[in-house]
Amino acid sequence: MKILQRPPLQQVDSEAALIDARRLIVRKIEQPARRAFLTRSLTMGGLSMLTGCSISNNEGVEAALTAISRFNDKVQGLIFDPTQLAPTYPESMITRPFPFNAYYSEDEVREVDEESYRLEVTGMVADKRRWTLPELRAMEQHDQVTRHICVEGWSAIGKWGGVRFAELLSRVGADTSAKYVGFKCADDYYTSIDMPTALHPQTLLTLTYDGQPLPPKYGFPMKLRMPTKLGYKNPKHIKAIFVTNTNPGGYWEDQGYNWFGGS
Amino acid sequence: MHSPSATAPVTLLPPADHRPIHPVWIRVTHWINALAVLMLVTSGWRIYNASPFFPFQIPSGITLGGWLGGAIQWHFAAMWLLAANGLVYLALNMASGRLFHKFFPLSVSRIWRDAMAALKGNLSHSDPRHYNSVQRFAYLFVMLDIILLVLSGLVLWKSVQFPVLRELLGGYEFARRIHFVAMAALVAFVAVHLAMVALVPRTLFTMLSGKAGLKS
Repeated sequence: MKILQRPPLQQVDSEAALIDARRLIVRKIEQPARRAFLTRSLTMGGLSMLTGCSISNNEGVEAALTAISRFNDKVQGLIFDPTQLAPTYPESMITRPFPFNAYYSEDEVREVDEESYRLEVTGMVADKRRWTLPELRAMEQHDQVTRHICVEGWSAIGKWGGVRFAELLSRVGADTSAKYVGFKCADDYYTSIDMPTALHPQTLLTLTYDGQPLPPKYGFPMKLRMPTKLGYKNPKHIKAIFVTNTNPGGYWEDQGYNWFGGS
Repeated sequence: MHSPSATAPVTLLPPADHRPIHPVWIRVTHWINALAVLMLVTSGWRIYNASPFFPFQIPSGITLGGWLGGAIQWHFAAMWLLAANGLVYLALNMASGRLFHKFFPLSVSRIWRDAMAALKGNLSHSDPRHYNSVQRFAYLFVMLDIILLVLSGLVLWKSVQFPVLRELLGGYEFARRIHFVAMAALVAFVAVHLAMVALVPRTLFTMLSGKAGLKS
């Protein structure tokens, strides 16, 4: 199980692609017969010409892939059923220990001070006052055991508890006709989600993990937990929430991960 | 217009020899499918490498995408190409009756007989329009395998939104294994397929040109 790291931007693959491209071009010049070329295009040389590309090698390809990713956002928005619940599991199935995951390693986890902590809620909301942790703990709490699915493919079952996010949005008088909810985190992570997912009954602003206050490594003081989205869409150490009609993007999303990131 | 005389009957169809070995829609969908499969398999390997569930990784030099996010972009773009092209192929294959005529009848004993004949070098390739039972089995197998790849892929992409499909495939984690094993089966098919093309090279040209392989 690997920890998410920043993607290496300029890396080995581009060199491999160049070598393969050169090799291919040389062959083409030596034997320009169409038949021979077509035959060779089925060989490993042809394969590596394609596979050597990384998305940063060609702006046209990158633009096309990004456009399709935006199209996939729209399709996922259409597929998303606001009443469809993610499966829940018995506590006996909880993955122990639940894996740590972030864009940094576990020894770099941020510690947030409980006393001075205030949750900021801004943007298209009526009530922009700041929230303390005791105020959030005083609201109705919900526990759920759900599967966390990582973009890397692995999954793990965990138990999170906290406030229904729809309830908080209602309390602050959020304009739920707005398109996006953005999050800024104490670890400099940031992400954003669509309003239908924000209002989903299983979308929780969680304060506990496995019945205990969220430990720092799982996102103290709070993590937005959505079993309908991939792990990178679930921000930890949230310090600010804002409702907006301008897509705020996200830490990974701005580097190429799909924005909707739904499951 | 004069009516045909009894001594010179008009044939409504041109002589069989002038029809392409593979109709143009077969050739087009075949190569689009080949391209989509190449992109999906190589980007899929990169995605697998992010969290392998078998004790091996795929050499990154033969993967597509450069990093996990890039591989996912390729994978989730090529999936549309595979699915749309596959639907066109299946629809035309069924509507034209080709699926029935080319691939059936099929039985275990016929597959066995033709496989033994092939191993002994006795299998005729004189009529490129005719698929022997091993070919029929292999092509039907790969059609079903790709359908399974699409269905298990849907569970991985949208495991919450397709609950019936998810449970049919044994849940998210089991669907990952199905997706991988179905990929391995597809790659094995491609390996045998390419070996056969190398043994009977004119099959490559009949898949490229409507004029290739015709007697006249």
